[in-house]
Amino acid sequence: MDFPIFHLDFIGNRMLIAITAIVHVIINHPMAVGAIPMATLLEWIAYRKKWFELDQLAYKITFVFFVITTSLGAMTGVGIWFTTALVNPEAIGSLIRVFFWAWFSEWVVFFLEVVFIMVYYLTWKSWSGTKKRLHIGTGVFLSVFSWLTMAVITGILGFMMNTGKWVPFSHEWVPESSMLTGFFNPLYAPQLIFRTAVAFLGAGLFFLFLIPFFKKLSAEVRGRAVRPISLWVLAWLPVAIAGAIFYWHRIPVYMQANAPVALATQDFTKWYGAILWFLLGMAAIVPLAALWGVVKPKKLPAVALIIPFLAVITLLGTFERLREFVRKPWVIQGYLYANGLRVQDYDLFREEGVLSRATWVRHHQVTEENKLEAGGEVFMIACSRCHSVGGVNSVYTRFRKLFPVEKWDEEQLAAYMSTMHNIRIFMPPFPGSDAELKALSAWLVANQHHAVRAEGGQTALLPSAPVLN
Amino acid sequence: MNTQPLPHDLPLQLPLPEGLVKHLLVLLFLIHILFVNFMLGGQTLAVILEFLGLWRKKYDRLAYEISSTVTVNKSLAVVLGVAPLLAINVAYTTYFYSSTVLIGFAWLMIILLASAAFLLTYLHKYTWESWGENQRALHLTVGAAAMFLFLAIALIFITNINLMVLPAYWPRVAGFLSAVLLPSALLRYFHFILATLAIASLFAAGWFGRKGFDMARLPDFSRSEIIALFLRIAMIVTLVQFIIGPSLLLSLPVHGHSLTVWLLIPTGATFAGFMAWALWKELGRASAALGRSYLVILTLLTCTALFMAYGRHYYRERAVAPHRRAMMAKTEAFMWDAKAAQSRARLGETKVVYKSAGEKEFKANCAACHAENTTVVGPPLTEVRSLYTGKADELVAWARAPQVKRGGAPMPSFNHLQEKVLQEIAEYILNTK
Repeated sequence: MDFPIFHLDFIGNRMLIAITAIVHVIINHPMAVGAIPMATLLEWIAYRKKWFELDQLAYKITFVFFVITTSLGAMTGVGIWFTTALVNPEAIGSLIRVFFWAWFSEWVVFFLEVVFIMVYYLTWKSWSGTKKRLHIGTGVFLSVFSWLTMAVITGILGFMMNTGKWVPFSHEWVPESSMLTGFFNPLYAPQLIFRTAVAFLGAGLFFLFLIPFFKKLSAEVRGRAVRPISLWVLAWLPVAIAGAIFYWHRIPVYMQANAPVALATQDFTKWYGAILWFLLGMAAIVPLAALWGVVKPKKLPAVALIIPFLAVITLLGTFERLREFVRKPWVIQGYLYANGLRVQDYDLFREEGVLSRATWVRHHQVTEENKLEAGGEVFMIACSRCHSVGGVNSVYTRFRKLFPVEKWDEEQLAAYMSTMHNIRIFMPPFPGSDAELKALSAWLVANQHHAVRAEGGQTALLPSAPVLN
Repeated sequence: MNTQPLPHDLPLQLPLPEGLVKHLLVLLFLIHILFVNFMLGGQTLAVILEFLGLWRKKYDRLAYEISSTVTVNKSLAVVLGVAPLLAINVAYTTYFYSSTVLIGFAWLMIILLASAAFLLTYLHKYTWESWGENQRALHLTVGAAAMFLFLAIALIFITNINLMVLPAYWPRVAGFLSAVLLPSALLRYFHFILATLAIASLFAAGWFGRKGFDMARLPDFSRSEIIALFLRIAMIVTLVQFIIGPSLLLSLPVHGHSLTVWLLIPTGATFAGFMAWALWKELGRASAALGRSYLVILTLLTCTALFMAYGRHYYRERAVAPHRRAMMAKTEAFMWDAKAAQSRARLGETKVVYKSAGEKEFKANCAACHAENTTVVGPPLTEVRSLYTGKADELVAWARAPQVKRGGAPMPSFNHLQEKVLQEIAEYILNTK
């Protein structure tokens, strides 16, 4: 309502964030947080047993991770911030104000992590001989640091995830706040355990995945690398499973009811069971491949390594989707809805409407003449953070499924939207006045058979939803 | 201009005093931009020297040495950018977010452009030896591509920072290009690029001039030759700034000008003048003594940078001050009205009278899809009654775990309602006629 509205009507705003976030997590959990302890472990084994080729292999794989994490990994991390701030500036702006010092400490730890990563990687060759122990020590130190950055960021996410029976969030206009709420959130511990274990075992799988690419390796060296990595994967797997179960039990019961929608989307909820089995099957391949690696390390085939690698990517992606979904309808529990509007302002919006004091709209009051345009503007403010007009999660597709009739009824749509938050509990209540609800319904009905795309503030002088009539 | 878009501020206190966050912003930003200078200026110097190296091999070696600092400096530039980004988010929330949305696509492109640029700098550095003589052109192209990507990213950032302090211009902006063409954006950009070249050259003079640098890596150069080369670049570029700088100051839209700005920036320029003079004197020294007043030059540079940074800061402050005052007043009014509306709503809540708890819950949870006699989304109540009369428990069980019976939209689960509420609703449905 206060910011120009960034809107992607084709892929949808949430998809933009999801792609950025999942790419970041898939890169940084295993390749930054998990890979450093994995590499350090291999380096240590090579040092103890004087296996120079193993040391070289660990170095070369670390090089691959170093290049990827310090380019795509770093930029997608910044990218999560960029994309979420574009899509929901109210949410990110509020979170940063409350969580400034947490983000600031995160930055200090993150800065040190980057410095240590460069020291660790760039001194691998020169700190040899007597200095090798120092290098291994640096690796251990860096492992702790990378993990700390994840522990802090999980606290910040835990704060946003303040769902259910939690430490109350509050601030000036909402009664006591402390950034520690994120760390005392019941979801904090299970999330951190799950993320840690998946990062560590994911790193192992990434190593296994890359080893076949080094074609000059002898079977012996490959075996020396594969066995400890496989053991490492096997060791972290039970922790990951325990973390997942722990996490699931901490999600409030009423939010668990959202899981089928979260995992399978509304259209595919009946496949929920099938999807769960598929995920379990994917997960089961991981220990099988790892066991093979322990028992017959030299004969572990390259194909067997691609599947667990994909499995971990799928599981991480699923986890992030579930995590994002169960926080709905909130961005900040009890304070800010997913549409970027504060719950404390709702009564005012019901009285005078969301348009009346909005900054980036043409119409501040609904009249008979401007009804359709105003309805489109209400859509942009109240719905467009999650719904598109003609793309992913289109508001028209949703209503076509609910009301599969030739001509929608304005009154029926309005009646549905006024109570839908009780039925679709992941949706925020409709924020505006009665006149705005009617205008929105009129706009929906007018475009029922020819919904085109809405334009965001990044291309148009004013963000606008289509009006055809 | 009285048509400035006037948003509300976020009604949350700042996490630290406003003055402090702004000083943090200015200083942390300077540190960030220093490494951006090393990265962007370093890459540019490396590409130019590699190009010269096509004819004179020794420049190619020098280019390689510079390029190996770029990949390290770029990582520091990114991570050091996070802190000022945090500070600007807090200190200029509405301004920063509004302008980023207005150039949203370009702003998003930074992620892709920077990722690509970083990967190219690695490729550039690590293929220097392994790509053979007939791949030199390709290698140079890789380096140049990274350089152009860096230059594009700088343009996006500068356009945003320029747009941010000009709310009066926001309604005219549709897309990135229209924002680039706003007053002062392009001059700011050229001013920045020149400063980048000067600072990267001074860095290179210090980097190769230091005692610890192993001159065996550049066998065709003497130490003083390298120092002189980079000091000369820095001096020439600084002199050109005396044309760009004043043009920029005059082109800045008038609402940000103040006495403070006009004191700070010319003072900064005076230090820059002294620096150019010190560089001139330094270049006149005998080669053995070259680099002796390097620290003096760095001090003059630091003074220039500090005065310029604060001059820019006070321009920004002045440019948004009236707008910010109006915004604060509007926010305050909004919060009071919201509180008043909350109280009115609380008082009004008891006005609607329901015959039973079941009726109230039905209206809130079910009425959107179920009517008495007609099919809306779900079946009418008459049909529900015909199926469930005397079987309230079965109806509750259905509501907890509905299945698809008729095709069309499936009924969602109402498992989130308490058992008591579900029973009340069932009672209402089955006993009302």
